[in-house]
Amino acid sequence: MNPKINTSFAIALAFGIVFAAPVAANTPAEKGFEVAARSDRTDLGFGDSRVELQMILQNAAGQQSTRSLKIATLEKPDESVGDKSLVLFDTPRDIEGTALLSHAKILDPDDQWLYLPALKRVKRIASSNKSGPFVGSEFAFEDFTSIELNKFDYKYLGTETYGEFQTDVLERQPRYENSGYSKQISWVDQDVFQLRKVEFYDRRGDLLKVLKLEDYRQYDNGVWRAHKLIMENVQTNKKTDLVYQDYAFNVGISDKDFVKGRLSRLR
Amino acid sequence: MNTNFLKSLATIPLLLSALVAETGRASWDVSSNIDLTTRIFTEDTRWQGQDDTTTQLSIAGTVEARYRGEASRASIIPYLRYDETDDERSLADLKEAYWAKEGEAFELLIGFNTVFWGVTESVHLVDIINQTDAVADIDGEDKLGQPMINLELQRDWGLVSAYVMPYFRERTFAGKDGRLRIPLPVDTDNPQYESSDEENHVDLALRYSHYFGSIDIGLSAFSGTSREARLLPNADGSELIPFYDQIDQLGLDLQYTGDAWLWKLEAIARETQNDSFNAVVGGFEYTFYQVADSAADVGVLLEFQYDGRDDEEPVTLADNDLFAGIRLAFNDTQDTAVLAGVGYDLDTSETYINIEADRRLGDDYVLELRARLFTNAEPADTSYAIENDDYLQLQLSRYF
Repeated sequence: MNPKINTSFAIALAFGIVFAAPVAANTPAEKGFEVAARSDRTDLGFGDSRVELQMILQNAAGQQSTRSLKIATLEKPDESVGDKSLVLFDTPRDIEGTALLSHAKILDPDDQWLYLPALKRVKRIASSNKSGPFVGSEFAFEDFTSIELNKFDYKYLGTETYGEFQTDVLERQPRYENSGYSKQISWVDQDVFQLRKVEFYDRRGDLLKVLKLEDYRQYDNGVWRAHKLIMENVQTNKKTDLVYQDYAFNVGISDKDFVKGRLSRLR
Repeated sequence: MNTNFLKSLATIPLLLSALVAETGRASWDVSSNIDLTTRIFTEDTRWQGQDDTTTQLSIAGTVEARYRGEASRASIIPYLRYDETDDERSLADLKEAYWAKEGEAFELLIGFNTVFWGVTESVHLVDIINQTDAVADIDGEDKLGQPMINLELQRDWGLVSAYVMPYFRERTFAGKDGRLRIPLPVDTDNPQYESSDEENHVDLALRYSHYFGSIDIGLSAFSGTSREARLLPNADGSELIPFYDQIDQLGLDLQYTGDAWLWKLEAIARETQNDSFNAVVGGFEYTFYQVADSAADVGVLLEFQYDGRDDEEPVTLADNDLFAGIRLAFNDTQDTAVLAGVGYDLDTSETYINIEADRRLGDDYVLELRARLFTNAEPADTSYAIENDDYLQLQLSRYF
């Protein structure tokens, strides 16, 4: 009958998300952008990637359920164009084969198509649902899709020690419409410029969620990826972990693998 | 049991040998599911011969075996259904059984497959490749596997799909014992065809699909045996004979996607030996996201259905009707979802109420509820035959 997975989603489950470090700049906004851009650019040039991951959902009572998925990403080197991504679900079994194709845009809504294997039906879906939960998790669609550098305005807040890391602290505000957040605050280490923690504030300005990014590993192509993302909703005490296996880069995928006509032929 | 179909199962060994030759280092993924279904009817039967028990039980099983290689893929998906009350609801089918060769920008597929075309929710006018397993569910969304040779060409400017279909699958109809049938039972053992090739007529289809910005478009053409049957009385008037015409049909499907709006349109132009007519369904779906600060989305659907066919053609309910519905997606871990809708005939006031609800239980079970009610039909109306067949259906599926 209708999509088990309801709407948009995309690109960068596959990224671990990335950011920042110290640079000389005049205003807090300029410095914030430069720090964010520096972090973002440590990740450019990976070409394409594939990764498998587990999504572990936990409710306030501690009950868990797990989803396994595969993500393929095609990088668009131009910062004014979004990346393309394809998410394919393996479990739960009743949604096995469900796939989501996204062509990310910077400020316009992304183009997204959902494939429903039970009906063998491809549906173009509205991507304005930025703040909705992705497949019942604590991650919103925008947490994955809105990692493009130019989707935000930045403000540099200062330096802080976070765990073992000396970090730069940035505030970023969404420039795109329909965000569920008034602002996000992020901690970026000064050593390898990777994002370590993000706080998400809801539209009322209250702290909503805290994301911790752990188990960073650097690949042969120089790119860093976090392999464990922990998102805790401090208002509901629900939690979602993303546990990534190893990434494969330059696996030989291209634009023709990210077209809607492919969705019914993925398996 | 649909015996004609069993003949076509003979193609499986051929397919398997092609597979083995191709695969060498086979990497198969196998999964399966079992569905236990009960239908509870709330009113007495209307027609002679119908079983008057109020509970109808059925069990169905599907096995999905899929292979994916470097430049090829294959699938075998047998489906079996046993119905306690109505023999004609018992079925053995191959939803899929194909081998496909992939190239740089094409795919050639040979075997049984299921294909969906279209965008609307209340009627599927354009979708014509597969026969409808009409007894599985009255929503017409259950299909029978279609034997085909299918070539798909992907270009920057869109996807072109060509189909050659050498064997016709007959529609399923409720048996004499069964609910949800017309006054006389349908004799599915003796179908008639306009074509002298009968079920071996080779049907052809072509489809182009692509998107331009916010607009997705599909254009299709079909020439061959109609998937819908006219029902003609037999010699002694005791049963109805399905008669399948040759048709030519052009189809268009369009969707505009903007913000929380989906605007949808499907239209067909069909030519038969008796008639040529158009049919159209169009409307919108608008979604309110995270209503009342919850995670749930509420969608509102409205579609208008028109069908210009005359009385000589297979009967349709969607001739001049409005469909209004509400879709609830709770966006929870269990993917709880509800779709409730009303179909209303603008000429006759016949009314059809449909409620569908789904929820996953644990990791491996899914519970589905369906409620279907028919009211306001006069004896001359199309839905009068099934007006007493309101039912509530509960289905528990176990996935392996």
